[in-house]
Amino acid sequence: MALIRDDQLADDDSRLLTDDEALPGTGKIVVSLARWQKERETLVARKAPVGVRLKSDESPEAIAADLDRLALVELEFPKFRDGRAYSNARILRERYGFGGELRAVGDVLMEQLHFMLRTGFNAFEIAGPDPLEQYRTAKAEFSVWYQPTGDGRPTAISLRHRMAGNRNER
Amino acid sequence: MYRYDEFDRKLVIERANQFERQVKRRLSGELNEDQFRPLRLMNGLYLQLHAYMLRINVPYGTLSSRQLRCFAHVARRYDRGFGHFTTRQNIQYNWIKLEETPALLHELAAVEITGIQSSGNCVRNITSDQYAGCAKDELADPRKYCELLRQYSVLHPEFSYLPRKFKIAVTGSPKDRAAVAVHDIGLRMHRNEQGEIGFEVLVGGGLGRTPWIAHTIRKWIEPEHILSYIESILRVYNLHGRRDNIHKARIKIIVNQMGIDKYRELVEAEWQRIKDSALKVPAEEIERIDRYFAPPAYAKLGDATELLGRQRKASREFDRWLDANTVEHKVPGYRIVNLTLKALGKPPGDIDADTMDAVADLADRYSFGEIRISHRQNLCFVDVRQDQLHELWQALDALGLASPNLDSITDIICCPGLDYCALANARSIPVAMDIRKRFVDVDELADIGELKINISGCMNACGHHHVGHIGILGVDKRNEEFFQLTLGGSSDQNASLGDRLGPGLPQSAVPDAIAAIVERYKSLRSEGERFLDTYRRVGIEPFREAVYGKDSEKAVA
Repeated sequence: MALIRDDQLADDDSRLLTDDEALPGTGKIVVSLARWQKERETLVARKAPVGVRLKSDESPEAIAADLDRLALVELEFPKFRDGRAYSNARILRERYGFGGELRAVGDVLMEQLHFMLRTGFNAFEIAGPDPLEQYRTAKAEFSVWYQPTGDGRPTAISLRHRMAGNRNER
Repeated sequence: MYRYDEFDRKLVIERANQFERQVKRRLSGELNEDQFRPLRLMNGLYLQLHAYMLRINVPYGTLSSRQLRCFAHVARRYDRGFGHFTTRQNIQYNWIKLEETPALLHELAAVEITGIQSSGNCVRNITSDQYAGCAKDELADPRKYCELLRQYSVLHPEFSYLPRKFKIAVTGSPKDRAAVAVHDIGLRMHRNEQGEIGFEVLVGGGLGRTPWIAHTIRKWIEPEHILSYIESILRVYNLHGRRDNIHKARIKIIVNQMGIDKYRELVEAEWQRIKDSALKVPAEEIERIDRYFAPPAYAKLGDATELLGRQRKASREFDRWLDANTVEHKVPGYRIVNLTLKALGKPPGDIDADTMDAVADLADRYSFGEIRISHRQNLCFVDVRQDQLHELWQALDALGLASPNLDSITDIICCPGLDYCALANARSIPVAMDIRKRFVDVDELADIGELKINISGCMNACGHHHVGHIGILGVDKRNEEFFQLTLGGSSDQNASLGDRLGPGLPQSAVPDAIAAIVERYKSLRSEGERFLDTYRRVGIEPFREAVYGKDSEKAVA
């Protein structure tokens, strides 16, 4: 499994904790929503970066008030056919203005990467050979965007009418 | 009609290139079938009983003669010389080879046609009234909004993996020819007191195993807000729609489970957040698209009443055809002409390559090079000069496309059924062909009048049986095919679901049952009353008795 963040291969410096695992003294960790809600104060007091992993049926609303304390949010694709995380990503970016790392985890396939990029993900856990090459191919596959999504890419409509990009650019 | 600009063109080429790479990866084994399935489906490629089936979109049913010639070419080069028009303004080819699809899709892309999202759990082909832009009763041409929605839905990054497929239909006319009430979203145009155009938004209609007539979620939305409103509906569906059971995953299920009021509340809350975002459609974009739908260069003509009167007198056949298959046009001196694909001995909706070419030639000569596809699996020429109708009729007659049976008992909607489809329980095509054979007397057709029969080979209801005036559903009982009849369905502005008549009948008994229903209707109808109206007036009992006899109550149990 490789991590791609902001178009580059990256070392995964975070560790996913199970709900009953002891908190490590240092280092970036990721916890479940349940653990975050139960141990929020302890987790923040640790003074090391912390992230939350949301399952596809867990709403971003549950962490909306905490986003400035989170370095990272992971959104899970339990199966690539489960498209809820695309909506959750847009809600985090566009409704709640989350500016930290938004990572796609789970069944993350090359074919879905450009949808993920457009909905606000900037980090991806990808399996398979040559993930960076896969990522670059997928990213270059399309150059026309019909839908404004807040990712800053100019839509066909805005280019046709020379409008100033997307008004809800983040 | 709409023409691609540089952006549209680039996108379909990029899409065809992407699919070409995906097919290569599938053929090399890099992708397994489970991973490849949604990718091919989102390009319209199904694996059927005997071969791959490719479904191609005709956006909102508008086709140029050039595109139709390309369909003919595809039929010859990649298929067995024919294609099949469906209830969703698609054409399907039944004998496609996987390794040839990339080349095929490139050929279609060159004439601005795609199979993008003609399948898969995403927004499907946007469908509309086949008479759009020409119908006399229309408020405004709905196609500019359809095109806006087409672009909006293509490769939508958030909504390409919805819980289930998603169908949107638009009508610009109070007389609904697009069946909007049985779509996931239906848009029904209205005009307000200021004379402005807006849409009533319907949600949660659909057929399949849980048929449902749509609810009105909003009575009025301005055109500039349709994208944000639809995005709100889709977002709520994407997040709340059921994913635990494929049979309960359509939007109609969650809307009814939640209740339309709760669903509306969620949608409205979302819409308040995004209505003034970049989704607000700039007026210049609607104007840009609208220019493509400017009316063709109509000649200044009066109605050719006198000429047509003489021609009618001279030919009883022409007279009948004119009454049955042509419709009033909004421009004087013109008429809309329907070509039913319901000829004797042919599966409904099927058309061979030579006929496609011939129809394209006639479209060039008589109707500004444009052809329309209706959800009832027929074609139309929407802009025919009245003084050329007789000439066109003769040409159509020579092609076997002048059967005067539009909206009659032999203008049957029929899915491909067990002859092709991997989901079907029964062969629907032979049933349609038997009924077609039973009613060959054109005077009898005219006497029976409007009577729409819809046939599906399984409960997935591709043949829209629930909304047929007479619906026929193929079922499998211990490896035998039976057909269940429903009466009183309709997909128009007064949409209703049919009522079940009684136990399933063997295939051989269906034509007699239909004949018995027709005879009973004739004996019950009042002057000029359509079958559907008679049915709504008298109810199901007389028809049940006509088919099952005096013991009909036992038959129902």
